[in-house]
Amino acid sequence: MLTSAAFEGLSWNLWADIVGLFDFPFMVHALVAGTAVALVAGPVGWLMVLRRQTFAGHTLSVISFPGAAGAALIGLPLGIGYFGAFAAGALALSGVSRGDSGTESRESAATGTIQALALALGLLFVSLYHGLLNGVSGLLFGTFLGITSTQAAVLALIAFAALALLTVAWRPLVFASIDTEVARARGVPVRALSLGFLLLLGLTVAATSQITGALLVFALLVTPAAAAQQLTARPMLGVALATGIALAVTWIGLGLAYYSIYPAGFFITSLAFLVYVSTRVRSVVVRA
Amino acid sequence: MFAHEFMRNAFVAGTFTGAACGLVGWFLVLRAQVFAGDALSHVAFTGALAAAAFGIDVRIGLFVATIVVALGMGGLGERAKADDVTIGTVFAWILGLGALFMAIFSRSGAGADGAAAIHVLFGSILGLSATDTWIAVGVSLAAMGALLAIGRPLIFASLDPAVAAAQGVRVGLLGLTFLVILGATAAEATQAVGALLLLGLVAAPAAAAHRLARNPYRSLALAAALAVAGVWGGLAFAYAVPRVPPSTAIIVLASLVYLAAAGMDAGFRGERIRRAREA
Repeated sequence: MLTSAAFEGLSWNLWADIVGLFDFPFMVHALVAGTAVALVAGPVGWLMVLRRQTFAGHTLSVISFPGAAGAALIGLPLGIGYFGAFAAGALALSGVSRGDSGTESRESAATGTIQALALALGLLFVSLYHGLLNGVSGLLFGTFLGITSTQAAVLALIAFAALALLTVAWRPLVFASIDTEVARARGVPVRALSLGFLLLLGLTVAATSQITGALLVFALLVTPAAAAQQLTARPMLGVALATGIALAVTWIGLGLAYYSIYPAGFFITSLAFLVYVSTRVRSVVVRA
Repeated sequence: MFAHEFMRNAFVAGTFTGAACGLVGWFLVLRAQVFAGDALSHVAFTGALAAAAFGIDVRIGLFVATIVVALGMGGLGERAKADDVTIGTVFAWILGLGALFMAIFSRSGAGADGAAAIHVLFGSILGLSATDTWIAVGVSLAAMGALLAIGRPLIFASLDPAVAAAQGVRVGLLGLTFLVILGATAAEATQAVGALLLLGLVAAPAAAAHRLARNPYRSLALAAALAVAGVWGGLAFAYAVPRVPPSTAIIVLASLVYLAAAGMDAGFRGERIRRAREA
């Protein structure tokens, strides 16, 4: 049940509470990692929504679960599992999507099959590895308590690399996403870009799922982007809005979770959804 | 193998649940709504954990959550087809709620070991009681009956909604009914293969059947048969190799069937093209 003890240690002095967040190193690491992740999730999620690849994004995010579980099983660092799995997943998905029209339903069926297969393998790895239950909910729903300074640094580095790649490929990528046929006719390498984007999406998801868990990655990827697209059709402004929303939601969510007994994933997803609903309401009001 | 009561229950429940998943999945693939199926299966998780957190029967939570969300998704789009971004946004939040209920539940003492949450996520087909089994059979039969009753108009409405609407078929109502049937099937199948894996049982045999048979009725029957075969094979494998969870075995088998079907389909197409070139 929700009780009055849901929030412990809050003093109603906002400033003191915010300063209190930085008392423990684990929280500082979590905030650094969360910031890095949100900075990438904003633009990548915006492109994902633009390219209508939400299902693929969800499948990629779920694939990190067997990756991490498999790495735990054979004693590798979790990070290697996360990033190994995303590469395999992105390749499998790009094999599925031919980009032809009229194959949409087949493609989504294949995507769904890949997703269920990945989760089934994750369950297999977890049940072979007996360090079981708490680990599972951590992998699926995230934990920000155990993030080390190395992990935070690695995530920041990945975020930087991903943003650099995105900046280089930005213009052709947006072109190819908006009008594939015209872009192909103009000589833009559409298929290579498509694979490249899936790899980038996988990289982002692999990084994000270390904070939010495999199942809740989606809240940071799709929800801020969907809200931003309700607010504006301009690319640059949209990306900036999506990133801003992702950042705000992550910070506030982590802060609330720090003082609460409930998981950060719940606060992050709920805040993001709240933003999305208000943008929907706003566009309905504006239209009326 | 059939000397154990739990194996008999698993086979009976699995057969009917599998057949229902195959049939529903066939329409799901035809209507290109696999992502909606994905969302509904994850909703089942939140529903079950909410019921557990508030001390209600898990089954009630499962059915209420999936059917309410199915109605909601149907209501969002005019043609009972919400777009992927809306679905994704809503179910990201619903999964977040699931995480909350899981935290509440694991604090309440009853679920301190987290095993209940794992069962919901990954199923517990070997843990079904005799009552569970009969409920599974009843729900699956009802879902299959309802689906076959609306089968013809639903195929029409899925293939060409505009023409179907012009002929007086109630396209929107059919879409909504289909989503409710899908929700009930998802809730039932969650107990067998779990909220995270049931998409495999729904999508893989159906997609294989779509590739193998062109005639809709033959393809529909094939989807159900492949799903049931997947469940049987998976259960037998898990019995032979106890370290492999039954839901994993079922889903891996179903995926292999799909892979084989896709390979055969590609092979046939290559053959046809070659013959056309030679002619």
